[in-house]
Amino acid sequence: MSAPILKISGLTKSYASGFVALKGVDLEIAKGEIFALLGPNGAGKTTLISVVCGIVTPTSGTVVAAGHDIVRDYRSARFRIGLVPQELTTDAFESVWATVSFSRGLFRRSPNPAYVEKVLRELSLWDKRKSRIMTLSGGMKRRVMIAKALAHEPEILFLDEPTAGVDVELRRDMWALVRRLRDEGVTIILTTHYIDEAEEMADRIGIINKGELILVEDKATLMQKLGKRRLTLNLQEPIAQLPGALAGWPLALKAGGHQLEYTFDAHDAAGAHPRDIPSLLRRLGELGVGFKDLHTSQSSLEEIFVSLVSGGAREVGT
Amino acid sequence: MSDVGFNRTGVWALYRFEMARFVRTVVQSVVTPVITTSLYFVVFGSAIGSRMSRVGGVPYGAFIVPGLIMLSILTSSISNASFGIYFPKFTGTIYEILSAPISFIEMLIGYVGAAATKSVILGLIILATSAAFVPVQVHHPAWMIAFLLLTAVTFSVFGFVIGVWANGFEQLQLIPMLIVTPLTFLGGAFYSIDMLPPRWRTVALFNPVVYLVSGFRWSFYDTADVAVGISLGMTSLFLVVLLAILYWIFKTGYRLKK
Repeated sequence: MSAPILKISGLTKSYASGFVALKGVDLEIAKGEIFALLGPNGAGKTTLISVVCGIVTPTSGTVVAAGHDIVRDYRSARFRIGLVPQELTTDAFESVWATVSFSRGLFRRSPNPAYVEKVLRELSLWDKRKSRIMTLSGGMKRRVMIAKALAHEPEILFLDEPTAGVDVELRRDMWALVRRLRDEGVTIILTTHYIDEAEEMADRIGIINKGELILVEDKATLMQKLGKRRLTLNLQEPIAQLPGALAGWPLALKAGGHQLEYTFDAHDAAGAHPRDIPSLLRRLGELGVGFKDLHTSQSSLEEIFVSLVSGGAREVGT
Repeated sequence: MSDVGFNRTGVWALYRFEMARFVRTVVQSVVTPVITTSLYFVVFGSAIGSRMSRVGGVPYGAFIVPGLIMLSILTSSISNASFGIYFPKFTGTIYEILSAPISFIEMLIGYVGAAATKSVILGLIILATSAAFVPVQVHHPAWMIAFLLLTAVTFSVFGFVIGVWANGFEQLQLIPMLIVTPLTFLGGAFYSIDMLPPRWRTVALFNPVVYLVSGFRWSFYDTADVAVGISLGMTSLFLVVLLAILYWIFKTGYRLKK
């Protein structure tokens, strides 16, 4: 990895109550990547983000953002960071335009109406620019919070549960926006409960559980390394039981003998044992088992995740 | 663009945000105090005042003007500044300020600057109102403005401390109601502390409001309960104590940061 845009070293956070939210987290994020942080509720995702953004004081450890220590050099670090928090917290009486302009000024950018207009248009907020925030729907308020985070043209954007409780349209808009920001060179770190979101969006995935980062991996590698593949054959004639010649194969009969399901590790396919799809099909041909249709699937990140956080909370993807 | 040093745009953004709230709530912020103060003038100035003797050569109605202005400035400074910082804490929008490249000192300047501005505007409006009821003279206009500013700033800082400390709307009201109102009424707004029995006069000297009212009244009528230098010194001392508390708050992030 080239010089990381975000470098977190030995980060811990313990509260006065004795609760330890982060237990020595080390993480490096490359410039321009989309990093998804996955984990069950209370795993430490929000705490980690809050420390980087300056809302929570770390107990120990360091964070360097774009070459600036977030404590010693907080002005330069925070100038480059934008945050969309999880909770819908907005002002009530201000107009959309005023609140976004406020954010820009707060983050020491001089006024730039053209840029603010661009952000508002992109988030479909332009027509609402004069509306008071309290009159907007929940989804619109979420858009306002994103606009506020983008108002100062950050290089690193944190999205804490960006699509929790938003409708399909906004979710799609948000994904499009994230991709466009990435194309502009913005580094994006998002936390999510929705595994399909991480699967869809992220370049790399980190899994955090009980304050510890238990895994950081390229999404593709992760899927390949841990993913199972499944081949489902719709048989021409239902069979009552597996032919004895296929005893050594990980096969299962489904749908009352109408389907044959074959599960194998994706990375085993190229291994020494010829347990790949062509071998199976050849074998079935020899045994005279005909099929009319087939489809293959790769196990989702969700299954990978659940198997990793086994024993942990099971509220993933809800 | 420079990303270090004083965050001018940030302070300005906070200041404007607070001033916008003032404009939105102009009835509550200005009209209410003006009506209240006018009632004081009707009751104490015209109705009762006409039966009272002069205090230090000043008609009673005019004598209470500086005290009443101080009362309004104290109350509005505290409530504006405490509410200004407490409300983002309450709604959660403070996340943005805490994550911004703005120092606590700059936050303080933004919030206190706005609260003090509102108070000074209010004070001047009340002064204008009072001139309609009683004969008001200002002997030392420069000093008058200086006391106005110093008081507005000092008590806005006090309000800011209360706003940071408060964990609920009840606590937000507690100190102003329990401490500030009594101190103000016992602070010589309606009388000269010379009128008190000697023992109570000594007690009164521990009340910081006495120095404010006395100094402010001196700038109007050239008469004072305590020397003007002492007034100025005591007010400044109060400000320094508050700033020391704030220094500790900012150092530890007390009740602002987790």
